Amino acid sequence: MEVGQMQRQWVDYMRSLFMEGFLDDQFLQLQQLQDESNPDFVVEVVSLFYEDSEKLLNDLTKTLDTKGTDFKRVDAHVHQLKGSSSSIGAQRVKNACIAFRNFCEEHNIEECLRCLQQVKQEYCFLKNKLETLFRLEQQIVAAGGSIPMMELSF
Amino acid sequence: MESCNCFEAQGPPDELLMKYQYISDFFIALAYFSIPLELIYFVKKSAVFPYRWVLVQFGAFIVLCGATHLINLWTFTMHSKTVAVVMTSAKVLTAAVSCVTALMLVHIIPDLLSVKTRELFLKNKAAELDREMGLIRTQEETGRHVRMLTHEIRSTLDRHTILKTTLVELGRTLALEECALWMPTRTGLELQLTYTLRQQNPVGYTVPIHLPVINQVFSNNRAVKISPNCPVARLRPLAGKYMPGEVVAIRVPLLHLSNFQINDWPELSTRRYALMVLMLPSDSARKWHVHELELVEVVADQVAVALSHAAILEESMRARDLLMEQNVALDLARREAETAIHARNDFLAVMNHEMRTPMHAIIALSSLLQETELTPEQRLMIETILKSSNLLATLINDVLDLSRLEDGSLQLNAATFNLHAVFREVLSLIKPVVSVKKLSITLNLAPDLPVYAVGDEKRLMQTILNVVGNAVKFSKEGSISITAFVAKSESLRDSRTPDFFLVPSDYHFYLRVQVKDSGSGIIPQDIPKLFTKFAQTQSLATRNSGGSGLGLAICKRFVNLMEGHIWIESEGIGKGCTATFIVKLGIPERSNESKLAFVPKAPVNHGQTNFLGLKVLVMDDNGVSRTVTKGLLVHLGCDVTTASSIEECMRVVSHEHKVVFMDVCMPGIDGYELAVHIHEKFTKRQDRPLIVALTGNTNKGTKDNCMRAGMDGLILKPVSVDKMRSVLSELLEHRVLFEVI
Repeated sequence: MEVGQMQRQWVDYMRSLFMEGFLDDQFLQLQQLQDESNPDFVVEVVSLFYEDSEKLLNDLTKTLDTKGTDFKRVDAHVHQLKGSSSSIGAQRVKNACIAFRNFCEEHNIEECLRCLQQVKQEYCFLKNKLETLFRLEQQIVAAGGSIPMMELSF
Repeated sequence: MESCNCFEAQGPPDELLMKYQYISDFFIALAYFSIPLELIYFVKKSAVFPYRWVLVQFGAFIVLCGATHLINLWTFTMHSKTVAVVMTSAKVLTAAVSCVTALMLVHIIPDLLSVKTRELFLKNKAAELDREMGLIRTQEETGRHVRMLTHEIRSTLDRHTILKTTLVELGRTLALEECALWMPTRTGLELQLTYTLRQQNPVGYTVPIHLPVINQVFSNNRAVKISPNCPVARLRPLAGKYMPGEVVAIRVPLLHLSNFQINDWPELSTRRYALMVLMLPSDSARKWHVHELELVEVVADQVAVALSHAAILEESMRARDLLMEQNVALDLARREAETAIHARNDFLAVMNHEMRTPMHAIIALSSLLQETELTPEQRLMIETILKSSNLLATLINDVLDLSRLEDGSLQLNAATFNLHAVFREVLSLIKPVVSVKKLSITLNLAPDLPVYAVGDEKRLMQTILNVVGNAVKFSKEGSISITAFVAKSESLRDSRTPDFFLVPSDYHFYLRVQVKDSGSGIIPQDIPKLFTKFAQTQSLATRNSGGSGLGLAICKRFVNLMEGHIWIESEGIGKGCTATFIVKLGIPERSNESKLAFVPKAPVNHGQTNFLGLKVLVMDDNGVSRTVTKGLLVHLGCDVTTASSIEECMRVVSHEHKVVFMDVCMPGIDGYELAVHIHEKFTKRQDRPLIVALTGNTNKGTKDNCMRAGMDGLILKPVSVDKMRSVLSELLEHRVLFEVI
């Protein structure tokens, strides 16, 4: 496949991610920060996000499993996760975290468990999507092209 | 006195003669005297006699004649002169009176004669009047009979009673020997003896209807005399020795409800008649009189009316009973249907959630598993699981969709989407199957087809996919072509959609998609069945029946919801098939929808020289967030230090840092505390870095807290590059910035 086609594919894929609500414009901001001096900015941030999220999710799973759940701790973790996800523009993860926090405040353990599942699911999806995206980007770069810039217009 | 004029006796032989004369005179005188006596006696007896004085005259005349003859007795012997004188005077008188009487009689006798004529005349008149009186009386009696009969007949609505009463009353009134009624059979070819007066249970005795005598009676609306020997009249064995009585027959019209049209009276040709036969007693000299015949005719008419009333009433009662039965049955059916619908809805409500959740989990996790490292066998297994569960999920969705569609609870989403992309996606989805089957597929999008449209993208894609999928499924070889263009009303002139109209508007357009395949085709009789759910035509079922038969039914529902129309044409088996549908889509407005139009752009250099080398400190305990903010500021040319806690921050901060960005929505860490610390550390104002809070909170309280804590600024997350740039410039210029919350 030649570069133009790959680039078009990449654009379509990005578009679909946005249309389906996986990412929001914060992600675009991240992309804008990527330049010659900082060529792997997005990938770095995203990797950081993965580490962070996985740690938090494990912690959450452990915390919610034990008896006598410390809701404060749960809340703190979810807050962290929410912050991270909103920083990179992971919209669906962020929304799931918001729902999680609400149930946390209510101290509703069943719903919290369900929300945790949801968050994990969203996280998995997003990770997959982003990996596909990055693979595409690698291919484009390997073929000698450059990653197009996306812009929102109103 | 010797010269007397008397006649002398001639001799002794004349003595005998003299004797006889003497005796005769005596008797004459006697008779003459008795006649007036008789006259007087009888005249006295009679009341009316106008000519009394004539009688007196006549009496005088007779008396005088008698006297004369009496006196004559004395003249036979020697008599004196006195006698002669008396005799003469008597004679003179008599002569006078008789002359007068004779003259009188000339006048009187004609009168007497005329009285006699008058008497005769009056007698005749009286006889005539008597006769007429008799007639009138008979007529009046007839009328009374008719009224009575009618009353009897009309007082009941029961057919049998009507007929029986008629016969009984007629028999009684007219003193008939036998009275019978012949009704037409169902076939209309025979008359059957149904009622008789004398015999209680008449045997089913039939007579063909087309006898000349019967035709004669039926064609006449009056009572007709018929011969007693004809078949309809031979009801009883001949009892009498002599002549059987006269027989009369009359037709009785039988009217039905169906005979009556709204505006015209029933035609005679469609009438059915019954026959009433009336027999006078045999051996009587009675004949049918006119008034009796009239009575019979009137009665026959009344009977016809009464019978038709009874028939109509019977029919309406029967119809009412039938309606009531049907109502009950319908009610039951309705209740059963409602129960069934409730049951189904309950079932679906449960199935909806319960079935979808595990399905979703299976599919999601299987697809995740697919991404991991697997051995080839494992990969194969996973792919099979995925395929099967996708199929199952589709099936579940289809069934649930269809039921929601039927309930009318399905609502289409409306959003802007890329129409061209939908088609391309369908194409890419179907390409693998197409290449495996070695078919060729082409997609033709018309140049005037809009790129973006407003509608339910998912369902549109589902519809297109279904139609194209069918085309692929039922083609073994050849090619499939998909064309899509904007439908104008002219292009719909064909007869396929006679009752579907395009309403042009500025906000909508009609998308027309045509999928043509060169596959097995469909026989025209099966085409209507295609869109019924769960129905599979014979020819399709013998092939790969991979579908549940729901697909096209669902498509049709979706198309209908999109205010469109879908139809299939085929020339026959082996001649391929063309599926066409038209749907209504909206034209996206550019002004009031914030749509994401992605325009690949060349990278733009955002570097600003203002902030180059500006030392800033970022404090955030969330690694990702920290990295992002750092990246932002680095991009703007700042020299960024990071800290993840207050202690670290306090350790690192120096007078070289011009701005400190801190995240204040960290639970457990009071960001305001940091501000206080910084204020404490940097007593001189020009040394102190500006403190800016970053927060995702939009409470009013946050702003107040920040101000109270001595912060110089507040920015809301998410922060874009431009925003950060403007914030920094504002901050460095005015040394304060509180974003409006």
